[in-house]
Amino acid sequence: MYYIDPHIHMVSRTTDDYETLAKMGCVAMSEPAFWAGFDRGSVESFRDYFRQLTEFEPKRAAQFGIQHYTWLCINAKEAENVALSREVIAMIPEFLNRPGVLGIGEIGLNKNTRNEATIFMEHLDLAVKFDQQILIHTPHLEDKFQGTRMILDMLCDDSRIDRSRVLVDHVEEHTVRYVLEEGFWAGMTLYPISKCTPQRAADIVEIHGPERLLVNSAGDWGPSKPTAVPDFILEMRRRNHPESLIRKVVYENPLEFFRQSQGFRFVPRDQEESSPVP
Amino acid sequence: MASNCPTPPPCPTPAAQVLNREFLEMRCKILELAASLDRLGRGGGSVVDDPRFAKLREAIGLLVESREDRAEQVQLLFSRPYDDDWQRQFNMHAAH
Ligand SMILES: [Zn+2]
Repeated sequence: MYYIDPHIHMVSRTTDDYETLAKMGCVAMSEPAFWAGFDRGSVESFRDYFRQLTEFEPKRAAQFGIQHYTWLCINAKEAENVALSREVIAMIPEFLNRPGVLGIGEIGLNKNTRNEATIFMEHLDLAVKFDQQILIHTPHLEDKFQGTRMILDMLCDDSRIDRSRVLVDHVEEHTVRYVLEEGFWAGMTLYPISKCTPQRAADIVEIHGPERLLVNSAGDWGPSKPTAVPDFILEMRRRNHPESLIRKVVYENPLEFFRQSQGFRFVPRDQEESSPVP
Repeated sequence: MASNCPTPPPCPTPAAQVLNREFLEMRCKILELAASLDRLGRGGGSVVDDPRFAKLREAIGLLVESREDRAEQVQLLFSRPYDDDWQRQFNMHAAH
């Protein structure tokens, strides 16, 4: 089955991973800007990172027939440095018209601080001003519930935001309902330690239905599994769910969400792949 | 691509089938938890006053309640509380 991984950090992965993902049916992916594992020293460091995301990674992916897209921002961890964040936000528009840029992300909260919230709102402003889609990171573990509710407050307070163009990622059992009920898209991240498993993601699809739900690996430099989406497909098949349902979550939903972006120029593998499931 | 009528939630797998498939895995997870608790008891010192230990005990209690949202309740138990007055406490105002 062809699938799209809507959240994966390929700058941290090897070329062998691209090959493995291609063999497993990955036809496209989107890579949000995130934390490198250490705080970067200057805006120039981010400019180089955005060049890597918009120039180098699409070429590396294309070698294996994978279409690579990206999102730009300064992540929540580094948003504690408000001055640097503002420099990065001012520089982002240089890149917004580059091929493959889908919008602003992954912005969000980490420890749910005032500085993080301030920079989150300034990113929202940037997205509105340049008519960009938004991809949002929600915090991990004990901070997730509080942080997700705070993020939803800020989004819902801003009447300029088109909710159908916002994806709230890393939802779990206790946050998914709030995200979907407010009309946003929700992403489930399959991660070995701190987030969801393929089994629990399948449970969430059974409980909430497949509308506006996506599944991703968020594969990065930490313990993570870039092939997590195929794990989810396998779990759904073991439960005898129809192929049309699985395909909706791992292929059609990401397409429907991404197609709202100017920078999304997806070419389906063949005509059959682009037609709706009856 | 988008259809007008939303796809309904799919039918869950029958309980008997779930039990057949997951019995050994569930048994294994309970055993691991039991052994972890034994390990805590055997180790020097005591953690009974550690708030994390109290949370674990409370979470184990949630598992034996007959309800359909145990996973969600366990998640909430391990979550910091949300206060809808946070924006005022941060002295922040809604943007637009
Ligand atoms: Zn990420």
